[in-house]
Amino acid sequence: MTDTVQHAIDDPDHPQPYAELGLKPDEYARIREILGRRPTSSELAMYSVMWSEHCSYKSSKVHLRQFGEKKPETAALMVGIGENAGVVDIGDGWAVTFKVESHNHPSYVEPYQGAATGVGGIVRDIMSMGARPIAVMDPLRFGPLDAPDTKRVLPGVIAGVGGYGNCLGLPNIGGEVVFDETYLGNPLVNALCIGAMRHEDLHLASASGVGNLVVLYGARTGGDGIGGVSVLASETFDADGPAKRPSVQVGDPFMEKLLIEATLEVLHSGLVEGIQDLGGAGISCATSELASNGEGGMHVWLDRVLLRDASLSPEEILMSESQERMCAIVRPENLDAFMSLCRRWDVEAVVIGEVTDSGRLTVDWHGERIVDVPPRTVAHEGPVYERPYHRPSWQDALQAATPDTLPRPSTPDALRATLLDLVGAPNLASKSWVTSQYDRYVLGNTVLAQPEDSGMVRVDEVTGRGVAVSTDCNGRFAKLDPYAGAQLALAESYRNVAATGAEPLAVTNCLNFGSPEDPEVMWQFAEAARGLADGCLELGIPVTGGNVSFYNQTGDVAILPTPVVGVLGVIDNVERRTPMAWGSDGGVLYLLGDTRDEFGGSEWAHHVHRHLGGLPPRVDLPRERALGEVLISGSRSGLLAAAHDVSDGGVGQALVEMALRADSGARISIPVGVDPFVLLFSESAGRAVVVVAQGDEARLAEICTEHGLPMARIGDAMPQERTLQFDGLFAVSIDELRTVHEATLPAVLDA
Amino acid sequence: MRVGVVTFPGTLDDRDAARAVRLAGGEPVALWHGDDDLRGVDAVVLPGGFSYGDYLRCGAISRFAPVMTSLVPAAQGGLPVLGICNGFQILCESHLLPGALTRNGSLHFVCRDQRLRIENTGTAWTRDFVSGQEIVIPLKNGEGCFVADDATLDEIEREGRVIARYLDVNPNGSRRDIAGISNARGNVVGLMPHPEHAVDPLTGPTADGLPFFTSVLTALVDAS
Amino acid sequence: MARVIVDVMLKPEILDPQGRAVQGALGRLGLTGVADVRQGKQFIVDVDGTLEGDRLALMERLAGELLSNPVIEDFTMRIEQ
Repeated sequence: MTDTVQHAIDDPDHPQPYAELGLKPDEYARIREILGRRPTSSELAMYSVMWSEHCSYKSSKVHLRQFGEKKPETAALMVGIGENAGVVDIGDGWAVTFKVESHNHPSYVEPYQGAATGVGGIVRDIMSMGARPIAVMDPLRFGPLDAPDTKRVLPGVIAGVGGYGNCLGLPNIGGEVVFDETYLGNPLVNALCIGAMRHEDLHLASASGVGNLVVLYGARTGGDGIGGVSVLASETFDADGPAKRPSVQVGDPFMEKLLIEATLEVLHSGLVEGIQDLGGAGISCATSELASNGEGGMHVWLDRVLLRDASLSPEEILMSESQERMCAIVRPENLDAFMSLCRRWDVEAVVIGEVTDSGRLTVDWHGERIVDVPPRTVAHEGPVYERPYHRPSWQDALQAATPDTLPRPSTPDALRATLLDLVGAPNLASKSWVTSQYDRYVLGNTVLAQPEDSGMVRVDEVTGRGVAVSTDCNGRFAKLDPYAGAQLALAESYRNVAATGAEPLAVTNCLNFGSPEDPEVMWQFAEAARGLADGCLELGIPVTGGNVSFYNQTGDVAILPTPVVGVLGVIDNVERRTPMAWGSDGGVLYLLGDTRDEFGGSEWAHHVHRHLGGLPPRVDLPRERALGEVLISGSRSGLLAAAHDVSDGGVGQALVEMALRADSGARISIPVGVDPFVLLFSESAGRAVVVVAQGDEARLAEICTEHGLPMARIGDAMPQERTLQFDGLFAVSIDELRTVHEATLPAVLDA
Repeated sequence: MRVGVVTFPGTLDDRDAARAVRLAGGEPVALWHGDDDLRGVDAVVLPGGFSYGDYLRCGAISRFAPVMTSLVPAAQGGLPVLGICNGFQILCESHLLPGALTRNGSLHFVCRDQRLRIENTGTAWTRDFVSGQEIVIPLKNGEGCFVADDATLDEIEREGRVIARYLDVNPNGSRRDIAGISNARGNVVGLMPHPEHAVDPLTGPTADGLPFFTSVLTALVDAS
Repeated sequence: MARVIVDVMLKPEILDPQGRAVQGALGRLGLTGVADVRQGKQFIVDVDGTLEGDRLALMERLAGELLSNPVIEDFTMRIEQ
């Protein structure tokens, strides 16, 4: 028997499994207070999922507020935090939207589908802003490369990211693959999508216009992702009930491709007033959010939803996370044209509701009212926790355990061996085992992709205007100091975008942390959020949106605090982008920035000594700005033949990556008085290696002086040679470097 | 010269194919899978992608589309047709070309810049190459392994109908390193790698793919 | 109602990398002495009424043209009426 509103009124003391659904007693009491009665089981389901951590951000909201409070004023921001994705103006009437999201836990359970549906979800978020998706990126983190469970999870995740993204026809232009033992059991699968549109195509997820229709289109609704909500259906299920309620969502990229084309056509034909994708919490989320953002009222006839599984109860339909579904608000006079367009693309569509001015979200099931709630209380006025937090008891000891006493290589042979060791370390080795499973060419606009510093795609074929995006995070730095670590992630991403010649405009983030119920983890989160907000203000680029993933931990062991930061920049003409390595013309190599003895959290300390301690490299945001300005103006003027960001592994790794990309050698001279070990492996921030033509050295000196940027000549590219030579120290052939660099992942994953 | 580019549900590289036609100097004409009207085009490209999600088998459902009911007899009558990747799969499923494309031997999707040797420059799509010319164009597929029985393979080889062969690395296990073949008449060509992604060094590894598209235009000019 | 079951297998001479991968996995999971594994597909087609005459002939033709690719696959078909 359906639990209707009337039934809830008549039977007020009916016991309800709110605890099993994750609600606290005070939250349940608050729902009763909001409604003036007990909730129906459908309402209970809606509140429980919409008020969950994942949907409501209840533990993070108080900290995320800073992104708005400390927002730098920029003309470029068109849509900020709060919508499905942020939107920035990139000039010439073009706008770009981008966002990164997590799908961590499902990817541990079912790697392929978890990763695939993660990509699907973020692509729909981008579409719901009115944009055509134009590229994807995947920041990924796994347990140690040689751990048995990594062999189970990693290939499935890669196949899922590739399988879904390739089938959608979206080029994968970058990402990360990082290995650390804290991610074993808690892999991080963050998916980023970039979309482009003309200003006039911008659509917000709102339902306005009383009498407008709510149309659900895309895949049919089945039992995907229901999991725990099926406890509500226990009153009505038959013998095979719960077994048919999988907690894993399964994706169909072909359906999503059709959805992209149909959605873009209805948008460009002006047939849609508002649009929303169905992600976590499915129909509950889409309807409550649309209703909240519009006139404030909506009525839904739930029995009109097209089902894949006729045995679903109304609670299950409301909560289903079946993929590849969108919701559009359509004026009645446009409905026929809308439906006709959907039919052309073989996409099913059905009217499930209409916009009202009742100020309530009401849902009927076969004529009986099963939901009657104020939508804002579901979608936006969820609980806000002020979780307690304090600095971990071990933080001081961790910071005191500096890497300064670790034995360092001092002889040329030892330095050579260390370089080769690091070049083949899992975190520094070639990731082409992964990236060759992704299509980088589809759409024909990819100008730069991995291993270049940032992914760059052309947006306008006529003018060459384009965008560049990078995602970065060093979790070890964040563990040593979460505030600095978040700023270092931001700095690295900013630097990577500037290195290719694009001007940073906006930031997205995916904050991956352990349990917010652990005050020490909560402190890490609070510090990272504060660091990121302060950093964005100082660099002048706003956070436009992002995602929080909590509970990434196994027992008491949380993952490294991992605030992944994505920076997006614009370039007026992709033809002038700066590649990472020299070409046949060679050039002179300069190291820009300051190199200090900074090994806390470094790959050297981690890989060679299994050591994590000390402080991360010093953050100097004004220096990052100065460096960025030199890199960007050097691109505009054509001064820089190449530029490469220095990060994990230090200058040695940067030079090796450049030489392998160029497939030719270089001759490097360590500046006098500089410790070779420090120069090669320290991970000081605010640095880049640049290549200029011999005749341009004075111009480089001038612009560096202008920006207060130290520069040191470190050598010459040798395009005719195949050796990377460090004068007075050692030489190593390109072939040997390539063999070591490219062998690591295949040796484990193809075994 | 008007070159049709067909879009099936799930086709991905139609815009790139159209761009390549335009760059070569032709006029691309969009053809819809559900419409059997070829709109009087002089040649047709079946582009890459995942038509029908690659469900059932790659190209197996597309092959029965209304556009194919007109295209198959036109091809049999001499209309130049180039099938790229998924397009090659559709041509094999339609039996306009022999053999079939199956799952890559490695079981992984692979995207790489692939070296090829062009071996037959007598077809409508390869005339602008020099016989034996080595080129680099992108390859990206999960089901690109060309198979056929020995008798068929011998016949294709004997008749010089292998139009392109993989060099250095065989990325998918294709028999005899075959990357592309033609029909007996030379007007229908199937090619696994993607020439439309190598028409501009800005966005591709080279511009080595452009001659596939200029070839058909010169072939058409000569024919008219 | 009639139920048509079509089993499709790659022809013996066609390389089956998926079957090979499964064979490896069986071995790693402790099943010794696996001589070979071939992976195929089964289609279950439920149709109204009975399947006979022209309709049966059409089903058989579709099994051989759509459900399987005769260049690389063989099929068998059985009917439960």
